[in-house]
Amino acid sequence: MFFYIIRRLISVVVMLLIISMATFLLFFAAPEDPARLTCGKNCTPAVIEGNRKALGYDKPLAVQYAKFVQGIFVDRKYPDDPALQAASPEIVTTCEAPCLGYSVMAHKSVTEIVKDTLPVSASIALAAFVLWMLAGVSGGILAALNRGKWLDRVIVGLALIGFSLPTFFIGLLLLTFVAIKMKLVDIPRFVPITDDPLAWAQSLTLPAITLAMVFAASYVRLTRAYMLETMSEDYIRTARAKGVKESTVIRKHGLRAALTPIVTAAGMDLGGLLGGAVITEQVFGFRGLGYTAVRAIETTDLPIIVGIVIVASTFVVVANLVVDVLYGVIDPRVRLT
Amino acid sequence: MSAPAAPEKVQPPPPDAAVSATDGAVAIKGRTPWEIVRSRLARDKITMTAFVFSVLIVVVAATSPFMVKLGWLRPDDFNPALVQGLGSLPEGFAGGISRDHWLGVEPGTGRDLFSRIVTGITTSLTVAILATLISVVLGVTLGLVAGFSKGRLDWLISRFLDLVLSFPSTLMLLSLGPVLVSRIASIMGISSADNKAKVAFMALVLGFFGHPFFARIIRGQVLSLREREFVEAARSLGARAGRIYFKELLPHLWAPILVYTTLILPANISAEAALGFLGVGINPPTASLGAILNDSVAYAIPDPAYFIFPGLTVFLIVLAFNLLGDGLRDALDPKADRS
Repeated sequence: MFFYIIRRLISVVVMLLIISMATFLLFFAAPEDPARLTCGKNCTPAVIEGNRKALGYDKPLAVQYAKFVQGIFVDRKYPDDPALQAASPEIVTTCEAPCLGYSVMAHKSVTEIVKDTLPVSASIALAAFVLWMLAGVSGGILAALNRGKWLDRVIVGLALIGFSLPTFFIGLLLLTFVAIKMKLVDIPRFVPITDDPLAWAQSLTLPAITLAMVFAASYVRLTRAYMLETMSEDYIRTARAKGVKESTVIRKHGLRAALTPIVTAAGMDLGGLLGGAVITEQVFGFRGLGYTAVRAIETTDLPIIVGIVIVASTFVVVANLVVDVLYGVIDPRVRLT
Repeated sequence: MSAPAAPEKVQPPPPDAAVSATDGAVAIKGRTPWEIVRSRLARDKITMTAFVFSVLIVVVAATSPFMVKLGWLRPDDFNPALVQGLGSLPEGFAGGISRDHWLGVEPGTGRDLFSRIVTGITTSLTVAILATLISVVLGVTLGLVAGFSKGRLDWLISRFLDLVLSFPSTLMLLSLGPVLVSRIASIMGISSADNKAKVAFMALVLGFFGHPFFARIIRGQVLSLREREFVEAARSLGARAGRIYFKELLPHLWAPILVYTTLILPANISAEAALGFLGVGINPPTASLGAILNDSVAYAIPDPAYFIFPGLTVFLIVLAFNLLGDGLRDALDPKADRS
């Protein structure tokens, strides 16, 4: 188990290196000049050249990448050039490790931006996660236990409808009709959990429902399928034959085995969402990672785009690892070597 | 098993009695897998309805350019007279529904919403189908090679799939647009404002980020198939890898390929709509479901019909393809009883 985790950790690091390299190449090797993108309409060549030096865009791509990786462990200073730093020490900004780059347009380090926006994305993701797991798993179990009866059909039908509704359509319907027209809830505005936990939960209601809808639907289908498969296993028949109570058979023998793959899928989905639920954040105007990334894409703010893509993929890769390790803990049949 | 087997001891039937079965026993008729699937599908009314609806959608999408030429659809004709309401909103019931405009008209311009939705389906379906084809071809090839080659190549392909899956695909689609559309346009030899370049870009990127799902499923199937006797037989007879891939393995993979194609297609349709909503879809005036939705979002309150009709269209198309995929999966399931 120990060696397994060590081995997986190494592969995670390698994966992250490749991901960051690929992202870096994709965006900084693009035809657009990254220095030209740092200032707006009234830009003089002198400013562009100044920014190019200050941000290190004059160096070869490999050097830029090496500096970026270095910045994750050691503080970086902007401007990057020692001559510029000496010339005007008052403008030098330190980007504390882990430094993910500096956005001239936002006048902030990318790390700061991620720190500001991550709580929003994480809140939406967690709230949605709780909702969809409750609704999806219990719905799936109910459907499986009532296979072929009307309850099963209703649940499966609803799941298919939820699965086919585009997220932004659900979100906008909820926002315009539930919040704006019928005024059943306030128009959602994000409140940090540290300010007021109750208001935090309230502000998340509609976004979480929106995001949870699609996932709940697919978890109903997933749970139902796994549950049906497990309940037809021989050991379930054995358990019943030896006179175990039906509720115990379902809980201890059926559910436990069926839940393992669901936990895996849930971990992966949660990892993906921590990196930002682009559409949900966009619909409700919640300034999470996804929303910020979309704004950065609109203004071609390369450092922010690269930073957020790397952060988001890190969540996925780490979630992958956590899920694999958890698998060994939950399922006694799996031995990690 | 529907046909009851005769329990009596087997005795050679008299030469001419094969047709006259005694005791009401019915002779067991062998059925090909295809016949079984067809009879299952024929009984599944929901799947058949979804199938008919999906075919209808594809036919409408394929013929809409001709309908525009014939003047049956007028997606680009302005009707300022119909949008005299406050804020250029359409007059009349539910966004100006009338005999000429079945789903009302677009606010501001008065263009016929039905025509725009139908031509929009064409654009969206083109993107979705192309993306699905790319996913299928890439995914099946990689899955076949990975599953069959074991060892280092399998490891390499599997890690590559992990890598692709760890990228946030929505963000990549959004952010690669400015970088890739102009390159694709220059490769295709057209201006980057041409919507063909946008369509190609969306299909390529959606297809690329969708292929790992396919590859993983196919790889899993191949891993179990490769241990079967018929593959071993082919190999021991000296068949080349190409023959084993295409003649021995591929025929067994049609069922999962078909099922997952019908399931990934609706996902791509929603993805195109979502991209349109985020504002990076097809350029105006060409209609696509995403582009219409992006425009209609602003009217969700003053003109809800304009927002709800295109949304419902996406929903119905996606639902139909999902139902079809589910039905096909059930019908093609070799584990289900052969009734």
